[in-house]
Amino acid sequence: MNGADAIIKCLEAEGVTTVFGYPGVAICPFYNSILESSIRTILIRTEQNAAHAASGMARMTGRPGVCAVTSGPGATNVITGIATAFADSIPLVCITGQVNSELLGSDVFQEADITGAVESFVKYSYLVRDAKDIPRIFKEAFHLANTGRKGPVLIDVPIDIQNATVTNFAYPTEINMRTYKPTVKGNAVQIKKVIKELEKAKKPLLCVGGGVLLSEAEGSVRDFSKRFGVPVVSTMMGIGVMPTKDPLYFGMVGNNGKPYANKAIQDCDLLIMVGARVADRAVNQPEIITRNKVLVHIDVDPAEIGKNAGPTIPLVGDAKHIFEDFLAQEFTVDCKAWTDELSANRVSMAPKRNPNPKFVDPAAFITELSEKMQDNAVYVADVGQNQIWSCAYHIVKGGRFMTSGGMGTMGYSIPAAMGAKLAAPDRQVIAVCGDGSFQMSMMELATMRQHGVAVKIIVIKNNYLGMVRQYQHFTYKDHYSVVDLSGSPDLKKLVSAYDMKYLRLDNMKKASEIIDEFLKNDESVLLECNVDPMDLV
Amino acid sequence: MKKKIYSVLVENRSGVLSKVAGLFSRRNFNIESLAVGETDAKDVSCMTIVSSGDQHTIEQIEKQLNKKIDVIKVKTFDETQAIARELMLIKVKYNKSNRRDLMEVCDMMKAQIVDMSKHFVMIQLCDVPERTTLLISMLQSFGIVEVARTGTLALGKCSEND
Repeated sequence: MNGADAIIKCLEAEGVTTVFGYPGVAICPFYNSILESSIRTILIRTEQNAAHAASGMARMTGRPGVCAVTSGPGATNVITGIATAFADSIPLVCITGQVNSELLGSDVFQEADITGAVESFVKYSYLVRDAKDIPRIFKEAFHLANTGRKGPVLIDVPIDIQNATVTNFAYPTEINMRTYKPTVKGNAVQIKKVIKELEKAKKPLLCVGGGVLLSEAEGSVRDFSKRFGVPVVSTMMGIGVMPTKDPLYFGMVGNNGKPYANKAIQDCDLLIMVGARVADRAVNQPEIITRNKVLVHIDVDPAEIGKNAGPTIPLVGDAKHIFEDFLAQEFTVDCKAWTDELSANRVSMAPKRNPNPKFVDPAAFITELSEKMQDNAVYVADVGQNQIWSCAYHIVKGGRFMTSGGMGTMGYSIPAAMGAKLAAPDRQVIAVCGDGSFQMSMMELATMRQHGVAVKIIVIKNNYLGMVRQYQHFTYKDHYSVVDLSGSPDLKKLVSAYDMKYLRLDNMKKASEIIDEFLKNDESVLLECNVDPMDLV
Repeated sequence: MKKKIYSVLVENRSGVLSKVAGLFSRRNFNIESLAVGETDAKDVSCMTIVSSGDQHTIEQIEKQLNKKIDVIKVKTFDETQAIARELMLIKVKYNKSNRRDLMEVCDMMKAQIVDMSKHFVMIQLCDVPERTTLLISMLQSFGIVEVARTGTLALGKCSEND
């Protein structure tokens, strides 16, 4: 057995089913050994997308996604995908090949100091110096990636270590890390304090972030909201914690959120933030969530609590444990008048659009699409105007909503949707992107075809980098610079080159019929939706 | 702005220094000084970091340090809660006419002469950082050639709870 065989054994022991990647000489021993395993390999068309696909898979399975790329450019290409996962706390294990240990530091062909380069985007990284450390390192890496505040872990493995002989392979059953013991259980005294505040509050509000989904606490949060009648808003990463049509759900907050959700944050007297970073896009002024109210901040990462806003009651722990603790207690919350007020605001403050009938109205289109999607469908939104429309108009029933929230990485949707579809082949998986973001990942149509990944793609097309154009419209008075996407391919011809079905929608007249056609079979299909180039989110 | 001394026990592994130093630059925390050395345990190093900031920054530094997987323990001290020392070597020019003055300064500051040649002298001082800074300013007029300082080393004051 060599080091590469040992790595494969570790992945098998962790229950890994799929590895996304791109080989090169420095990772070839790994890709040679994996042939003897039942682990499926997916040849992605650029390394960044290997990390995005692993991210999509991780978000569906709740286990770390795995990618494996070669040294040098393979490793540096994957950094944006790692940084994207880091910003959204998605668990990944990224394996990079590396040049021979003895040549490290001598700038030989395809050498890059990847552990150094990626330091600020990983939860932890390893450079394997001795093949006998492989079992311990992989055990730790999977543990680190998927416990506490989740995140990507990188393991750099020089080619000589992959080729070195390993004797007496044994995968550890226990972790022995003296420096890493994340707090999972919430402090009982703090929990009591929160309950006291809930009993006192007239206008309580729960603001849920991506951390709720990462801890698989959405069921407990829904039960909590229903049992105590507490209204809920979400950040972008928290979309899907509550079904969109739940009477106690009042939409996404932030500068691209619902006005009534932001008003709820302003007016509440008790705000419970859970699994949310209080970052600028959700809460652009921290005073808003601290002034005239009690702020409770629940997070598994103590460093997030108080980073951007000082809470009245900090509560460190895993959201699922904490909400189960709340549910185990007997108390009541009296806020009927408040939820009535919020419900009235939801009607009176609903944003009004004035769509151009010559084009597809993204709002009406996304609403109708999501009504027609399967109940447990997965909707992956890309980045740009399309993302904001998706956040605003997609209706989550019992499915998942995923996007690159923290990093805002264009091109995320198609590879992430591929990862999600491979994780859940029975579910409908739809990537919704713009014509800019589509062109950042369109090389993956080949991956979809090669591996039969039946992702459905919607391109919201306006021939502009719409979000930047909109910014230039407001900030620079229509002084447009480098946002015109002329030269983009004819999508019909492009898609036919991959033997993929193509549909097109130019206005809302045939929307219903085309959406039915788009959703009909479990097959990959691309739907081009032409929207008004001057439309604003 | 408050000055704080962080005594950080870390795993003695390659790359840990750059991870900790990188954390300070990435999070926009300042480092006034940083000193590293092995402890009595071979696999543990102690980093002594002096930094300053408002209450919020000070708390964040401690939390972000604790979050690093290689960090075993963080102790945070005010200057009054710790014994702090710095070692300095300083090379100065001298001549016949100012040699006595130089000796006097060294005497008063309890600095030692550890090496000399016909025109140069090397002085050593181990003291609190304010006094190493003071010695530099006292030696300015002689002509300073080179200075090397360790940065602050500190340990919390002895207590029966240790």
